[in-house]
Amino acid sequence: MLEHFKPVDQTAIEERCARIRTRSIKKGAKIEGLKMALGMIDLTTLEGKDTPGKVTQLCYKATHLHDELPNLPHVAAVCVYPTFVEQAVSLLKGSGVKVASVATGFPAGQTSREVKLADVKMAVDAGADEVDMVISRGEFLKGNHQFVFNEIAAVKETCGDARLKVILETGELGTLDNVAKASQIAIQAGADFIKTSTGKIKPAATMEVTLVMLEVIRDHYFETGRMVGMKPAGGISNAKLALHYLVMVKEILGEAWLDNHWFRFGASSLANDLILQLMKQETGVYQSGNYIALD
Amino acid sequence: MGNQTNWNWDPAPESTDHVKIKEQYQLFIGGRFVKPANGEYFETVNPANEKVLAKVALADAADVDKAVKAARKAYSNVWSKMSGAERGKYIFRLARLIQERAREFAVIESLDGGKPIRESRDVDIPLVSAHFFYHAGWADKLEYAFPNKKPSPIGVVGQIIPWNFPLLMAAWKIAPALACGNTVVLKPAESTPLTALKLAEVIKDAGFPDGVVNIVTGDGGTGEAIVNHPGIDKIAFTGSTEVGKKIIRATAGTNKKLTLELGGKAANIVFEDAALDQAVDGIVEGIYFNQGHVCCAGSRLFVQEGIAEKLFRRLKHRINQLIVGDPLDKNTDIGAINSKGQLKTIQAYIKQGKKEGLEMFQPEIALPKKGYWCAPTLFFDVAQSSVLAKEEIFGPVLAIQTFRTVDEVIAKANNTPYGLSAGVWTDKGSKVFNLTSQLKAGVVWANTYNKFDPTSPFGGYKESGFGREGGVHGLEAYLNLN
Repeated sequence: MLEHFKPVDQTAIEERCARIRTRSIKKGAKIEGLKMALGMIDLTTLEGKDTPGKVTQLCYKATHLHDELPNLPHVAAVCVYPTFVEQAVSLLKGSGVKVASVATGFPAGQTSREVKLADVKMAVDAGADEVDMVISRGEFLKGNHQFVFNEIAAVKETCGDARLKVILETGELGTLDNVAKASQIAIQAGADFIKTSTGKIKPAATMEVTLVMLEVIRDHYFETGRMVGMKPAGGISNAKLALHYLVMVKEILGEAWLDNHWFRFGASSLANDLILQLMKQETGVYQSGNYIALD
Repeated sequence: MGNQTNWNWDPAPESTDHVKIKEQYQLFIGGRFVKPANGEYFETVNPANEKVLAKVALADAADVDKAVKAARKAYSNVWSKMSGAERGKYIFRLARLIQERAREFAVIESLDGGKPIRESRDVDIPLVSAHFFYHAGWADKLEYAFPNKKPSPIGVVGQIIPWNFPLLMAAWKIAPALACGNTVVLKPAESTPLTALKLAEVIKDAGFPDGVVNIVTGDGGTGEAIVNHPGIDKIAFTGSTEVGKKIIRATAGTNKKLTLELGGKAANIVFEDAALDQAVDGIVEGIYFNQGHVCCAGSRLFVQEGIAEKLFRRLKHRINQLIVGDPLDKNTDIGAINSKGQLKTIQAYIKQGKKEGLEMFQPEIALPKKGYWCAPTLFFDVAQSSVLAKEEIFGPVLAIQTFRTVDEVIAKANNTPYGLSAGVWTDKGSKVFNLTSQLKAGVVWANTYNKFDPTSPFGGYKESGFGREGGVHGLEAYLNLN
């Protein structure tokens, strides 16, 4: 089953992305798109220097994106290391914002199966709604697809009710053919979401990589009727680019995926640009960044 | 969790404020805009709303004669005597002016012809200026292009162009002719004369010597007058095979040289090892680009049986995403059918397909009430003997067949009186080379479709015509090589 992989043509993928970028989203559709993107953000902090203070601020921002603008959604989730899950869960209780935790030796994943599963267990026990795992890129590039499959399946089992996002770290996979392959393996092993990147490697998410992953998701849906979510992460820092991604989701998967249950942006600075653009739509002029809170 | 559905996009129309279309256009002869001898004018309409855009002069034989004489005078006195480097300067200047006024050209092209602004802006007009730039560079290097020969111009060239790529076809004709030292009498198509007339204004602005390019608008009679004029040394025609055959008869026994670029019924072949989603994009680009008004359109799709069902599902899904409507909207994928007459032709073929009992697919979309529209259409399991597979429809209608083996598909692909273009989709390089050497088509695209470049020669086999346009080969058509 794992040996039948989907060929991908890079040049044509680039052309399709360029074509998607020519879509012109204006007026009401733009406002709607900007708000939709805001509600799809996994607000993220994944740094060695993270502290409870930083996580508190992030969680507050998650539900108070910009109180001066009425009718803004809250973000989809807050994404933190396992050590901060318990805190985030208690801060976000009842808010509707999910708590996602990275795990499995994020970001490199260079540790044993036991340690990875313990990492996942720690996050889930602390109340994480979602787990963002990394695949073993070394094993994948060695051709050991079965290892990658088994690892994802084991993590999925450990997740229990938590939804599993599988990070392919496409910046380390080298080709779009590999991106398609890794996506197929992840989905067949039980991923609820496939995700491009950790944010620690460049390039992170690109439209080309995302397009390939969306096409694999659609293939799986056509074959089995099961929907899988998509999360491009890293490198999507402005509103215009976010709208291009939403256009892509609409055209490749359809409007059923235009929902934060099925599509997320892994981003930290995107939210402020979306807010800036929404303020521009409201007032007709651009505001200084100082009017929008950091965090 | 917001349940977001129906994210419909607002209209995003390209502005027309920067465009001026006159009420009435004259003929461009000898560097001046002159009234037609008989005082007759015809209307050109916007196919998206059926409104008249302008009245355009109808040239008769007397006007054509005047244009040929002006071209002859410019040829003998100025253009053929000028050094290649000097000619090149004029053509470079024209290329730059077209670039500067690209938005204006793009909007007029979409208004007059119905093609989406995305195409006129991103494909047609950039290729027009690229074509002039490319040929300007050849003007002083012709002796290097043909070593050991003495290239010299042919003389006065009569050029007749179609309505599907109005300005681009004008560029394909005018640029090599001028670079090689010829002068031109060009007739734009009856339904799309406006960008050629705008080009006349730009040619004037560029300071070309009077009479080097003459543009005579009109109908079939005007074209006939050009073909039959004894003062013309060469005819270059792009259009239907039917008219092409008439031109061959008319020029037989004369000294006129002739190049023809005619119809096509290209095979677009998808093998089971192809990158499926990209093949789907290419199929769509191949048949729905410019509403299918493309002589090299991939109008016969051959799908290997093993992947047929998978591919059809993806193709339908893709077609459901296409936006059909206002050509000036930046999000429009498929614009208006060029003319009422062409719409009738296409509708007759669709009716025929239904009569044959073929399975048909069209997306469920509301077409605008006014104007000429046709939804993108698929016909499945079309027989090789059906008219849908045999005749050029020149519209957004795809005839689909399945195949089993390589030999079978090559035989069927070549089983047509045409031979302009073909497409091959496979992940395997050796298969590509096998196919490109066996398909009888002037252009074979591998894992892409409808790509054009001025450096690459374009032209057909069999009833798709003879002579090449573009590249070094294209220069040959405008030179005497002794």
